[in-house]
Amino acid sequence: MGLRAAGNLFQLPFKQKDFKLPNAYNINLTCTKATSIISSRSMDFPSAQFVPSRTMGNYEPIHQIGMWGENFKSIDNPDISASVIVDVANKLENESETTSHEMLAPSSKHDQEASKPFDKIQRRLAQNREAARKSRLRKKAYVQQLENSRLKLIQLEQELERARQQQGLYVGGGLEAGHLGISSAVNSGIAAFEMEYERWMEEQNKHMCELRSALHAQISDIELHILVETGMSHYFELFRLKSNVANADVFYVMSGTWKTSVERFFSWIGGFRPSELLKVLVPKIDPLTDQQILEVCNLKQSCQQAEDALSQGMEKLQETVSASLASGQMGQVTYIPQVSMAMEKFEALVRFVNQADHLRQETLQQMSYILTTRQSARALLVLGEYIQRLQALSTLWTNRPREPA
Amino acid sequence: MDKVMRLASENGLVLFSKSSCCLCYTIKILFQEIGVIPTVHELDQDPEGREMERALMRMGCSAPVPAVFIGGKLVGSTNEIMSLHLSGGLIPLLRPYHSMAN
Repeated sequence: MGLRAAGNLFQLPFKQKDFKLPNAYNINLTCTKATSIISSRSMDFPSAQFVPSRTMGNYEPIHQIGMWGENFKSIDNPDISASVIVDVANKLENESETTSHEMLAPSSKHDQEASKPFDKIQRRLAQNREAARKSRLRKKAYVQQLENSRLKLIQLEQELERARQQQGLYVGGGLEAGHLGISSAVNSGIAAFEMEYERWMEEQNKHMCELRSALHAQISDIELHILVETGMSHYFELFRLKSNVANADVFYVMSGTWKTSVERFFSWIGGFRPSELLKVLVPKIDPLTDQQILEVCNLKQSCQQAEDALSQGMEKLQETVSASLASGQMGQVTYIPQVSMAMEKFEALVRFVNQADHLRQETLQQMSYILTTRQSARALLVLGEYIQRLQALSTLWTNRPREPA
Repeated sequence: MDKVMRLASENGLVLFSKSSCCLCYTIKILFQEIGVIPTVHELDQDPEGREMERALMRMGCSAPVPAVFIGGKLVGSTNEIMSLHLSGGLIPLLRPYHSMAN
């Protein structure tokens, strides 16, 4: 049964005097403000959903449709189920609003002219058909768009794969390895590290809490020693993780990408400066014996020397790469010797990163030998809290209120 | 390898290096800061360089250069030297040879 039949339904009740016309009209109008009421037997509109119009307020359309159904009980169409179509086109809404306003006028209107409401109903139905047709077209266009996007995506992926394979010594100007050159192995190495680092941070915070409460409680030195060893091992674990990801992407570690911006600001070859570490710790672990003061002093000095040596080694590396790339004539078609020399140097970068972490580890280790257990525990807390402060500062900075541009 | 051992025993502080190696440069700077002058043999400038590299690897060095010998004995590479220095053990080890300059 199509709309035509539904149209017939409209006609029938009008001939019966006992038919409550206003209600039927109300149902029709308020339902069609944002929807079309179609008999469920109409197969043109497969998606059936009801969306109450905003203008209806607390209107209960299902109930009303039920009423309508009841009114037609005596007629040959007992099962007029209220399956309605969503048609949220503004045009339709506007149209139905204008028409419905006419319809919702006092009943005197339809009392006067019997034929007029029917024309309007017919017009309403035609509008519904039109709206539904437009909806179908829009849906078709949308699906077509999706298909096109999908094809485009496949195309781009293929291009990317081709570009990756072709990438060699002749990578064009400006192309960072970060964009086209990263292989999936590197990506998964980095992804794995970032996950592990998150877990590491959680563990770190837990250790900090344990240390804090242990220092306040009067636990034995032996138990405290275990906590200190755990804390130290935890840092060594981080160095091991960094070493792994450095093999995948040394520049990732060099830039300290996984860290907050303030941490990165203080970064030295992918981590904290060992001399900085000592500067932060030493004032906070008073009182030190004379022997300890001497040993700490020596450690500071040797640490600084090692750090300087590594820094200068790094500078030398940069100079070498830079000089090599700048050598020969500019505008040369090929510059393989220079590039392969640079590649060699970058391989050496991994050793530098590992060396820097080794220096950090040694600094921590030596401190733990010089200090008592209790002092070491305090030192670990101080270090952890310092890092937390750097991270907090970073967040504050990022979220600081700014003047509108 | 004979040549390596011979060269290593010739002086108190011997460093096997390569002129292009920046980590070797690091070790050189460190010795400079401490105030000692090592005897440096650049393997990339030695005709038997390759063989010497292999010999050093066989002795247990993870990387052939830098390789530090003190008093004719292999101390190690950057890792070992740095650890030794931070623990305060490097300077005492060098003291007998400190005045030996080349």
